[in-house]
Amino acid sequence: MSTLDADLPPPRQRPWSLIERSLAGIGLSGRALVIFAPALWLIVFFLVPLAVVFGISLAVKQFGRPPYTDLLTAEDGTVQLTLHLSNYIRLFTDALYVNAYLNSIKIAAIATAIALLIGYPMAYFIARTQDPWRNILLMLVILPFWTSFLLRVYALAGFMRGNGVINNFLGLFGIPPLVMMQTDFAVYVGIVYTYLPFMILPLYTTLVKLDPALLEASADLGAKPWRTFLSVTLPLSMPGIIAGSMLVFIPAIGEFVIPSLLGGPGTLMIGRVLWDEFFANTNWPRSAAVAIAMLVVVVVPIMLMQRAQDAVVERRK
Amino acid sequence: MRRGWFLPLAAALGFVFLYAPIVSLVVFSFNENRLVTVWSGFSLRWYGELFRDPQILGAAWLSLQIAAISATIALVLGTLCAVALVRFKRFRGRTALAGMVSAPLVMPDVITGLSLLLLFVAMEGLFGWPSGRGMLTVTIAHSTFCMAYVCVVVQSRLSDLDLSLEEAAMDLGATPARVFFDITLPIIAPALVSGWLLAFTLSLDDLVIASFVSGPGSSTLPMVIFSKVRLGVSPDVNALATIIIGIVALGVVAATIFQLRARPKRARA
Repeated sequence: MSTLDADLPPPRQRPWSLIERSLAGIGLSGRALVIFAPALWLIVFFLVPLAVVFGISLAVKQFGRPPYTDLLTAEDGTVQLTLHLSNYIRLFTDALYVNAYLNSIKIAAIATAIALLIGYPMAYFIARTQDPWRNILLMLVILPFWTSFLLRVYALAGFMRGNGVINNFLGLFGIPPLVMMQTDFAVYVGIVYTYLPFMILPLYTTLVKLDPALLEASADLGAKPWRTFLSVTLPLSMPGIIAGSMLVFIPAIGEFVIPSLLGGPGTLMIGRVLWDEFFANTNWPRSAAVAIAMLVVVVVPIMLMQRAQDAVVERRK
Repeated sequence: MRRGWFLPLAAALGFVFLYAPIVSLVVFSFNENRLVTVWSGFSLRWYGELFRDPQILGAAWLSLQIAAISATIALVLGTLCAVALVRFKRFRGRTALAGMVSAPLVMPDVITGLSLLLLFVAMEGLFGWPSGRGMLTVTIAHSTFCMAYVCVVVQSRLSDLDLSLEEAAMDLGATPARVFFDITLPIIAPALVSGWLLAFTLSLDDLVIASFVSGPGSSTLPMVIFSKVRLGVSPDVNALATIIIGIVALGVVAATIFQLRARPKRARA
């Protein structure tokens, strides 16, 4: 460990000791600042905006700037608070919104399952490959991960279009063109396609840690390969399955780009409904109510689930 | 281990699925024909048109600026947040801070975008700031959601870190700030680099949040691409996509080679 001493820089006066002293001068410790700066930013630009959304969801649309009614109005020296629940009542009574929520959950869940079925063998194969091939294959998974999401959806659209590559290829064999774009099918393909790397990477991380001795032991005890897979590999890769599925399912639920570029007019997804409510109908209060409902129905349960999962992991340590 | 035919076949098909659309997009970007899918000869025509399109060039420059600034803000705030969460075991509001910083990871983009827009509108009404929406508001929005990703990356590196190094420095009389800048920061530098790059890419790629919080005349690159793609086929988008994919591919290949080179060195030490 003698090299460690040599590596340590000689004590010198550094600018931050000056910063530290001047901060201490006004009664702030570095520690407080470390907590305070990100906390303040998050309160102003994360927490307060959500409160604003909740407030505006209780207003109604009006023509003007801003395009919603004030909650607080001053009249004859008294301040009046006007809250409208009409947006929320609409959410429950108009089938459009209920269907959009249910459909988003359904599409996200099915797409996640498909991504798992496609991603698992890929991750398993990569984990069983030796270097340098393993690194090359991993690189091929990571490359789309860093490539623009929007451009990959666009690439897929070009691929599935009526006169796209797939149909041109099928045409060579005299097969009539398939209608793939503007269907729910295209939305499923789109979600699986764009989020597949998010499924593969966590699966790979757990599968590569799998001890081959366990598989050999199982085989030595007479288990068939599928039996070994079901009772050894699959349970041990559960953390990867859960992590990968969450990484696909969560962004897929609120997805806007994929249903609007690949889906048809009938592809109802809640992210798209919120977008249209805001941009096409300029109904800010209604879209705020859609957002709050989405938060309560989708985001909060997911956060609670993750917390519970973290707690289980902590306890196992 | 015994190998069957199933895994290699499934993996091969999976990679074909991942790459076929990208490869076809790259190939057709060199197509002379305006119809994106009918091949009529090699040409660099769309690349030329791309570089003569002031709308795309302006949007690309705006997006790069926003991405660089917001990645840097996100890096500083995200790292501070990670240090607070990993190193300071107990402080009031720790759970709240952990919740707030990780929430954007599960928050749908439409909600983040809508909530920040409504905040900016309300703030403008109350304080007159920010006046109008544009580069500033997009940068603030991107810094906020990228911060969460930086925090996760740095957090995992920090919690793997050998505490004895920091303790040794502390025992030798270094102040906490000195320990952080001389010991912790050099060790977590790779995580900072990947955190910054992740934030930069996420910002450059964001369509939904930017659409909500940007104003007239400040369309980012994804917004321009989206409106072009929505109107139908546009071969210059293929050319643009090819350039972007090329840059990303070079970066990923370089990073992989760098990692492979670095590995034997670490094994020796």
